[in-house]
Amino acid sequence: MSELPQSSQAALFLLGASHHTAPLELREKLALTPEKLAAFQARLAALDGLNEFTVLNTCNRVEFYGVANHSTAIERLQHEFCAFQDFPVEEFARIRQHATGAEAIRHLIEVSAGLQSQMLGETEILGQIKDAYAESQSRRTVGPVLNRVFQKTFQHAKYIRSHTAITEGQISVANVAVDLALKIFGQLRDTRILLLGAGDIGEKTAKAFQSRGAGSLTVASRTMERAMEFAKTFHGAAIPFEFAPQHLSDFDIVVCSTAAPEAIITRADVQAAMRKRRAQPLFFIDLALPRDVAPDVASLQNVFVYNLDDLARIAAENLAAREAEVSKARAIVREKAEALWKQVAPHVPGS
Amino acid sequence: MFTLTDRTWLWFAAVFYLAGFALGTISLLRQRRHSRAVMYFLVSVGFCLQTFGLYLRGLEVKGCPIGNTFEIFQFTAWSATSLYLVVGATFRLSLLGYFTSCLATTLTLVSLSVPAFDAVRRVGIFPDPWIEFHAALAIFSYGVFGLLALTSIMYLLQVYSLQNHRLRGLFSFLPSIIDLDQINLRLLKTGFYLMSASLVVGSVYWLRDTSAVNALKLSITFAIWLAYTVTFALRVFSMLVAKRLAWTCIILFAVALISLRFVSSSRPAPTPPDQPAASATASTYP
Repeated sequence: MSELPQSSQAALFLLGASHHTAPLELREKLALTPEKLAAFQARLAALDGLNEFTVLNTCNRVEFYGVANHSTAIERLQHEFCAFQDFPVEEFARIRQHATGAEAIRHLIEVSAGLQSQMLGETEILGQIKDAYAESQSRRTVGPVLNRVFQKTFQHAKYIRSHTAITEGQISVANVAVDLALKIFGQLRDTRILLLGAGDIGEKTAKAFQSRGAGSLTVASRTMERAMEFAKTFHGAAIPFEFAPQHLSDFDIVVCSTAAPEAIITRADVQAAMRKRRAQPLFFIDLALPRDVAPDVASLQNVFVYNLDDLARIAAENLAAREAEVSKARAIVREKAEALWKQVAPHVPGS
Repeated sequence: MFTLTDRTWLWFAAVFYLAGFALGTISLLRQRRHSRAVMYFLVSVGFCLQTFGLYLRGLEVKGCPIGNTFEIFQFTAWSATSLYLVVGATFRLSLLGYFTSCLATTLTLVSLSVPAFDAVRRVGIFPDPWIEFHAALAIFSYGVFGLLALTSIMYLLQVYSLQNHRLRGLFSFLPSIIDLDQINLRLLKTGFYLMSASLVVGSVYWLRDTSAVNALKLSITFAIWLAYTVTFALRVFSMLVAKRLAWTCIILFAVALISLRFVSSSRPAPTPPDQPAASATASTYP
């Protein structure tokens, strides 16, 4: 990343700030609401010397990609943005990320491939960039250069994902649990999930299961009101906490996150459940500390038990595996960015 | 004019199975998922070549080529592969192609590498087309049980992976426990029906002339069928499930494969009605 260009050279540029340079409290001030984004884009369209532009506005970054026919246009954009957001220019200059030419393209490909994401390798960002580009297309603020850059970037991001392990394995505890459930049940559409306890971590796990198409969800909490409230959120059912151990055979996946001082699921409970289930596996995700599932349950046939440490270790291993792929992915990005810049450079005015 | 022998075609088939096995192994070592389409193509080509090789052998021995250990190994590999081509396309079980290519490579290469297995070629050993059909069905059911043994191994590997929290490498590509359990049940059912049908056809022939079938062969075949029948019944009633079922299927197939040798050697030398006994029953392979 470099200082704003001092020469009068035209450029394909990136200007913005992200979680790499700006803490949350500053990013909050820089973030554009949908209404403000629309208003600011209208203002940028009228900015002298800015031929093309796209605004990428997510919770972790506000970035402008554009083609300016003079470096002063980039400066004007910066001043406009700071004035629009009532943000000090000096402060923005301290946290900004700025690049031109191949470097700007490299940054865009890295962002698209999830290499710049807070959760390394996450895939949501590519959709956000596609949305930003589509918005620019509908506003007609992109032209031959950015059209080419964004379309090729989407291809390159997919290439990087399929040719490196940058997106392989889940790196959050909740998603690791869902992946394990898929390894046991194949698909979640017909699975019945019991949530024992209604804590934050249980809620996150339930959300992860629902987002991946889980079937029915039942909540058992020490307070029935809390269980019903929780069940309402997830369009599920609630049962009295005391009944849960006797009804284990009705469920495929049991997510435990109670604050009980000792194990509430005993080997005898699970043995009784497995006599009714027989060929059907039973999966316990024990997120409680101390553990809700007695350790000797894990040795039962067709029963699988993962506790918080197990899930955290898998998430850490997956993250390490992704990190090991970063240098390989970056090498591909560099090569692709250089090649793409060579293609578009003749079309950047003044280059 | 230069013509290729049946064994040459079977060598070609083995090379394609081996290529599939190599593709899967290299992909696993590189921690990458191999292309299912490429694996399917390699096994399909191997299957076509093997079919042609067995067809030539069939012409030579004037019947279904299951007259010696070499032919039985080849026919079992062919049966398992044909099942994979149906099951693999329908259920899209990852790694099944790899395991099938491994089984087919082993059976075909071992049978081709041991000259003693193919030293004697029995010509016209089936005096009745029904008994030939019985034998072919029985060996085909062994192919099904071979594939069942493979999916059982995959099941055990997946259970080991999940219970010991070892999820990377080969384990990351295995199908889910439920998928494997369902395919195991289907294969067990298919194998059981095929073998039962084979025995029904064979028993009609046997009832006509009880002296025509060797007692050892009869006992072994019935014992194998009974073992699979009991296993199938216990699974249907959920009394034999999960790891125990998988181990049972693997052990039963190993026993069935070993027993083939005794069944094959206990077969009486047939005398085709239209040929002199001494010259028509066997030819030797150098």
